[in-house]
Amino acid sequence: MSDKALFSAKNLQLLLGPLSKNNPVLVQILGICSALAVTAKLQPAIVMALSVTAVTAFSNVILSLLRNTIPNRIRIIVQLVVVAALVIIVDQVLKAFVYDISKQLSVFVGLIITNCIIMGRIEAFALANKPWPSLLDGIGNGLGYGLVLVTVAFFRELLGSGTLFGFNILNYDCVKAFGYQNNGLMILAPMALILIGLVIWFHRSRNKDLIEGK
Amino acid sequence: MENLLNIFVRSIFIDNMIFAYFLGMCSYLAVSKTVKTSFGLGIAVVFVLLITVPVNYLLDNYVLKAGALTWLLGEEAASIDLSFLSFIMFIAVIAAIVQLVEMIVEKFAPALYNQLGIFLPLIAVNCAIMGASLFMQERGYTNVGEATAFGLGSGIGWMLAIVGIAAIREKLKYSNIPAPLRGVGITFIVTGLMAISFMSFLGINL
Amino acid sequence: MNTQGNTYTFIYSIVLVVVVAAILAFVSLSLKPYQDENIRNEKRQNILSSARIESTAENSEKLFNETIKKQYILNYKGEVIGEDAFNVDIPTEGKKFQSAVKSDAKLAEALKTGTPLSTIESAALAAIKFPVFEAEINGEVKYILPMYGAGLWGPLWGYISLNADKNTVYGTLFDHKGETPGLGAEITTSKFENNFRGKTLFENGKLESIKVKKGGNATGMHEVDAISGGTITSNGVQTMLDNYFKCYEQFLKQQQ
Repeated sequence: MSDKALFSAKNLQLLLGPLSKNNPVLVQILGICSALAVTAKLQPAIVMALSVTAVTAFSNVILSLLRNTIPNRIRIIVQLVVVAALVIIVDQVLKAFVYDISKQLSVFVGLIITNCIIMGRIEAFALANKPWPSLLDGIGNGLGYGLVLVTVAFFRELLGSGTLFGFNILNYDCVKAFGYQNNGLMILAPMALILIGLVIWFHRSRNKDLIEGK
Repeated sequence: MENLLNIFVRSIFIDNMIFAYFLGMCSYLAVSKTVKTSFGLGIAVVFVLLITVPVNYLLDNYVLKAGALTWLLGEEAASIDLSFLSFIMFIAVIAAIVQLVEMIVEKFAPALYNQLGIFLPLIAVNCAIMGASLFMQERGYTNVGEATAFGLGSGIGWMLAIVGIAAIREKLKYSNIPAPLRGVGITFIVTGLMAISFMSFLGINL
Repeated sequence: MNTQGNTYTFIYSIVLVVVVAAILAFVSLSLKPYQDENIRNEKRQNILSSARIESTAENSEKLFNETIKKQYILNYKGEVIGEDAFNVDIPTEGKKFQSAVKSDAKLAEALKTGTPLSTIESAALAAIKFPVFEAEINGEVKYILPMYGAGLWGPLWGYISLNADKNTVYGTLFDHKGETPGLGAEITTSKFENNFRGKTLFENGKLESIKVKKGGNATGMHEVDAISGGTITSNGVQTMLDNYFKCYEQFLKQQQ
C-alpha cells in the first residue's frame, strides 16, 4: 500500500474532496431529505450536521471492518441494522444531553437512517476499502453535508430572525431606521429549497465542469 | 369519519411530504425527469405508505410503546418500554414490506411489476416512507384508521408533488436557464416556488 | 470459510441482532436517568412559567423546590386523594378524562349544561387524578392547576396559576403538539397568555370559567381574545378550560 502515511495526499483528498468538488449535497445530490427542515436556525443545523458526521464516520468504519464477513444476500439489511443502531445511539445521547435541540429536531434524527449519503458512502466506499480511509471518507462526506446545512441555516436565521445562534445581530433600532425588516419568508420551509438552489448556482458557476448539459 | 377525512386532506396539501418537510427528495430529484416514470414511482410510494404506516402503527402500539405489551404479558409488563428500538424496527418493517410487495406484485400482477419493478427497491431508503412512520409515532394518532388515512394521504401528496415537478421539468427543457442553474439547481428553486403556492392551503380549517 | 452459505447467513444474522440489541439496551438504560431528568426539568419549568417565574433547565429544580410549598392530588369532588402531584402524568390523566367524557353520557351532559359535577356520581371520573401545586410568591399563595385537551391536530395542555382568592388568574402557560404555525400555534405566545392575567373565574359565586372570545373585543372580566384564524384551536382551549375548571370547582369554592 502506498498510502501508509495516515494523512497522505490521497487520504487528505478523501477528507477534503467532499467539502467542495465532490460535495454529497451539491454534486451528488444526496441526503437532502432529512436536512432542510432543520435549517431555520443555526444551532439545530449544527447539531444535525455533527450527528450525521458521527453516523457516517462510524458506520463507514464498522462496515469496512465487517466487509469481508457480510453474506451478500443480507448485505443491505446488515447495513440498515448498523446504521439504525448508530442513529438510535445518537438520538438517545441527544435526548439525554441536549434535550431542547433534540425536541426541535424531532423526527429528523430518525430520518438520518434513510439519509442517502450514509448508505451511499457505505456501498460506494466502505465495502471496498480499509477502515482508516473509510473513516476519513465518512467524516469528509458528513462535513461536506454539514457545510451546506450550516450555510443555508446561516442565511435563514440571519435574514429571517435577525439573529445568529439566537444572539441578536440585526434587531436594533438603528438598523430598523433604514427600513430594514426581518424577512419572515426565510423561516418558512420553501426558502430552504430556493436557497439551496442558489447555493448550487453559485457553486457551479465557480466549478464550470459540474454544469449539466442541456 | 370527519376526522379521517381531515387527516387525509391535511396530509396531502398542508403537511405535504415534499413541500413542507422535504422528505423523499433524493428520488424526487433523480426520477422527476419525465411524467411517466415519476407517476410510476408515485404509485409505488402510495402503495408502500398505505401498508407500512398502519403496520408500524400496530407495531408501535402493541409492542414498542411503554406498557404496550400488557395485552400479551399481563400487568407486570406495564413497565417495559421498547420505544428506543422503534427506529430499527420501523426500518426493518419497511425493508421487509417492500421486499414482500415486490414479490407479490411480481407474482400476481406482472404488468404492474414491469412498471413499478425498478422503483420498488429504491423505496426502502426513501425518506418519505420512514418519515411517515416517524410522524405517525410523533403525532400520536389514536387508531389504525387514522394512521391509514395519514399514510394514504402522504403518499398521494408525494405523488402529486413529483408528477407536478416532472411536468414542469419537461417544459423547462425548452427554457433558457443560466448554465450553472441547469438541472438540479432550477429544480430546487421551482420546488421552492411550488411549496410557497402550497402554503396557501395553510389557512384552511377543516 | 464460505460466507454465502445458508448456515453462515443465518448465524451471522442472529449474532448481529443479539449484539446490536445488547448494545442498544445498554445505551438506552444508561442514558435513561438523564433523559427522565430532562423531562422532569421541562415540567418544572412549565409549572414555574405559569406562575410567571422564568427558569432554565439548570436552576429549575432549585427554584421549583423553593417556590412550590405544597402539592396534592384531588378527585373531582375536591377531596385530597394523594400527595405526589408532580409525578402524576398529565397526558395519561387527560386521556382518561377524554374517554370518561365519551363513555359516560351523564358526565358529558353535565359538562354541557353546566351542572356542578359534584352532583353526579361517575366512577370513570372518580378514577382521574387532578393535581394542584401550591406556590408561594412574594409571600402570597398561588394555586397552579394543570390542564389537558384537544386542539385541531393534536393534544393541547397547559398550567394556570390562580391568586390566593382562587378566582383571579395570575399566569398561564399553554403548549401544544402540532397546531398550525402562525395560527393555532400562537397560543404559546405571551401575547395570548398575557390576556389571561387578572381575569376572574367566578361571578357572584357562580363558576363562569374564562371565555375565549372571537372578534378581538374581549373586555369582560371573564373574556380573553381568541387567536385570529385559529378557531378550532381556540375552541379546544375553551373546552379544556371549561372542563377542567368544572373538575376543580369544588376545590376552587373551598375558602380557607
